[in-house]
Amino acid sequence: MRKLKLVMVGNGMAGMRTLEELLKLAPDMYEVTVFGAEPHPNYNRILLSPVLAGEMTIQDIILNDRQWYIDNGIELHLGNRITRIDRRARKVIAEDGTEREYDRLLMATGSNPFILPIPGKDLPGVIGYRDIADTDAMIAAAAEHKHAVVIGAGLLGLEAANGLALRGMDVTVVHIADWIMERQLDKTAADMLKMSLEEKGLTFKLQAQTAELVAGESGRVAAVKFKDGSSIPADLVVMAAGIRPNTGLAESAGLHCERGIVVNDTMQTYDPRVYAVGECANHRGIAYGLVAPLFEQAKVCANHLAMFGIGLYRGSVTSTKLKVTGIDVFSAGNFSGGEGTEDIVLHDPGAGVYKRVVLKDDAIVGAVMYGDTKDGAWYFQMLKDRQNVAEIRDHLLFGNSHLGDTGHKGNDLAASMPDEAEVCGCNGVCKGTIVKAIKEKGLFSLDDVRKHTKASSSCGSCTGLVEQILASTVGGAYEPADSKDKAVCACTDRSHGEVRKAIRDHRLLSVQQAIDFLDWKTPNGCASCRPALNYYCISTWPHEALDDPQSRFINERAHANIQKDGTYSVVPRMWGGLTTPDELRAIANAAEKYQVPTVKVTGGQRIDLLGVKKEDLPLIWHDLGQAGMVSGHAYGKSIRTVKTCVGAEHCRFGTQLSMSLGVKLEKMLFGMWSPHKVKLAVSGCPRNCAEAGIKDVGIIGVDSGYEIYVAGNGGIKTDVAQFFSKAKTEEEVMEISGAFLQLYREEGYYLERTVHYIGRVGLDHVKKLVLDDADNRKALYERLLYALQDYADPWQERAEQPDLRRAFEPLTV
Amino acid sequence: MDATMTDTEIEWKRLCPLDEIPQLGSRVVKGTRHGDIAVFRTADDQVFALHDKCPHKGGPLSQGIVHGSSVTCPLHNWKIQFEDGQAVAPDEGCARKFAARVDQGVVFLQIQP
Repeated sequence: MRKLKLVMVGNGMAGMRTLEELLKLAPDMYEVTVFGAEPHPNYNRILLSPVLAGEMTIQDIILNDRQWYIDNGIELHLGNRITRIDRRARKVIAEDGTEREYDRLLMATGSNPFILPIPGKDLPGVIGYRDIADTDAMIAAAAEHKHAVVIGAGLLGLEAANGLALRGMDVTVVHIADWIMERQLDKTAADMLKMSLEEKGLTFKLQAQTAELVAGESGRVAAVKFKDGSSIPADLVVMAAGIRPNTGLAESAGLHCERGIVVNDTMQTYDPRVYAVGECANHRGIAYGLVAPLFEQAKVCANHLAMFGIGLYRGSVTSTKLKVTGIDVFSAGNFSGGEGTEDIVLHDPGAGVYKRVVLKDDAIVGAVMYGDTKDGAWYFQMLKDRQNVAEIRDHLLFGNSHLGDTGHKGNDLAASMPDEAEVCGCNGVCKGTIVKAIKEKGLFSLDDVRKHTKASSSCGSCTGLVEQILASTVGGAYEPADSKDKAVCACTDRSHGEVRKAIRDHRLLSVQQAIDFLDWKTPNGCASCRPALNYYCISTWPHEALDDPQSRFINERAHANIQKDGTYSVVPRMWGGLTTPDELRAIANAAEKYQVPTVKVTGGQRIDLLGVKKEDLPLIWHDLGQAGMVSGHAYGKSIRTVKTCVGAEHCRFGTQLSMSLGVKLEKMLFGMWSPHKVKLAVSGCPRNCAEAGIKDVGIIGVDSGYEIYVAGNGGIKTDVAQFFSKAKTEEEVMEISGAFLQLYREEGYYLERTVHYIGRVGLDHVKKLVLDDADNRKALYERLLYALQDYADPWQERAEQPDLRRAFEPLTV
Repeated sequence: MDATMTDTEIEWKRLCPLDEIPQLGSRVVKGTRHGDIAVFRTADDQVFALHDKCPHKGGPLSQGIVHGSSVTCPLHNWKIQFEDGQAVAPDEGCARKFAARVDQGVVFLQIQP
């Protein structure tokens, strides 16, 4: 089959991102030709500021070198501008006469700096700030000249001014508005920023209208003259008063333009063979100048070029971060407020901290921050997710203590961390490694960083910090993931919610059925999606769906916990943490017989036999089974333990029988698979010796009955359980706890703990379905009991049935 | 891959009936001179054999989840391809591959005695 011809005009970030995405989706569909007006391969334009500031070199910011184009079979024309498009003959003509035909044309011509139409604008020494040539010109000017004037105090202007000041120039920033960065910051934040920049040596002239650029004796610019008659010396003038989409070529080809090449939601122009992405495109009236939206456009455009036709671009909410070392500014969304909005403000001028979060209908619609911006990514995420923040409103401004337990606490700003500081405690990844990977490999998303560095890929507690580092390294190019609609894994574009719904609505009864029905991109999924699909099937269709052992993680397949040396740990169940001399004797005997190297008491009040060989598992289970013991499920996304205090049975303070209630709960829940592990605790009085406040379900006995708490977590990040309900009798406790857990089983996403589940759906939602609606509670409870009935001990099955035991037996030759 | 060896040095050893390895599953062969060897069976009944040691931190590959024609190590989720034993990029490393085949419903493994 003849390959289609794709020609790309422009070799910038948006266009190249489109190509990269396209190569991933349909590597062989097109014969690709790229024309770039600049003589350089594709580079990261956002990082020109650090280059100007002397913190990076041009080489550092190259994204795809020439070899990359060769490796991907792309014909590259550098320093060769396209001057004409013949849409009738479907070809482009370059300034050196080269002609190329196309089946699809991608316009990625970017933008031009807006040059004020004033006398003297063409003098030597007057430049815009757009590309490597401009950056080189500034660096050269800084070496020879003294006075620089930057016109425009937006993001780009301030970064240029900062860079020039670092290179030793006296810099004055001229701005027409009342405060700097008025499109990104409110006055308070802008004033704080201005003060910091003044301390760095910049001078500001606000509400100033430039009238004329005056030439000196040499013919080079020498001064800037204002409308009020005053003037200041200037050997270099940088125009940073905004950008204009570069549409000249498109207009001359008769494509409809209106402050940008007008495109639809699939990034097609009025000529459907011609696409446009990036700063040159006008989508729904907006031409974006930040990089994150351009990447979203690139994804959609590539998707359409690959003829998948399922992606639509619907516009972006943007966030801004200023890349001036040592200064942290963040803004996102609608930060200026307006009708129906409320502000929450924290302002500490002494400490140099300002945070303002704008709310509308209990969701964040905008945020502006100065000084302490480490929660910017968190706010932005909630803004994009339109998450209801009513419940966390009172501590919203104190941020996400995300960064807590790994030793970073709140005061370590990602940007000021030294390179050798450890970020990911699980995988031993330090900040320098992450920054290096981001720069060298051109990473823009959390997923990319996880893949390349392993940081934040295990327990996830450093995710916030990694996002921070990403944001501070690539600035506005950072792409926060849309957590709500995130695909299950690379095997599909569908989210957990969609998959759960499809399994329920279409009665999908096995992993393979789900994979086939939902058009997975891989024949049999991967290690991420298969366990999720298996859980969704068996939890939605108990006693009907096929429980596929090969789709379970090894721990659930072997019913024991794999250790780093490939041995396993065995934890027999001790209902409610109670045991007997007979059981202890059997455990002691087994430990000796199978030469268990380590015997340990667990946090959940069990005894752990560590270091058992896989082939010994069925044998040790058989021995333990003789003493009446069954699997403790210490290895599963399942009910783990119910921890109890001694309670009214023995304790002089006890008000309720916590041990017997704990045993009843644990027996009720035996065999319960869930999205993630589930731990319970029952305390007999408010002294709460069983630590019920950090359990998925915690019961505290009080004189009048019981209090039930839910969604606590003592793990990666400590979350105190929230008060859920009171109950008068043990039966009520069982019903409410059971109904809550069943709802979590039915609605939770795989690997989502109860605290995250409730964070997603809201406690009110759960209360409505479990507490307010008694019929629904009973129905949930009955569904739980039905799912768990006739559950057989997996250890005994494997100890007794040869066909199940086989998986534990090694082969020999 | 074993072209340098002659048939006298290595021989095909009978392992087990194919049915005794689950689809998308594996079994371990213990006690060979090369250490433990993991034998995998794909969804379309091909068999592959790799040294049962992940190039990352030595995890037992035989205990991982099998998908397509690769396995994910149970310890830290490295993906190893059956075709050549190589880790999937960006990870780098290789688990030694051994020849394996199915003949009339029986799995054979080619190793030095």
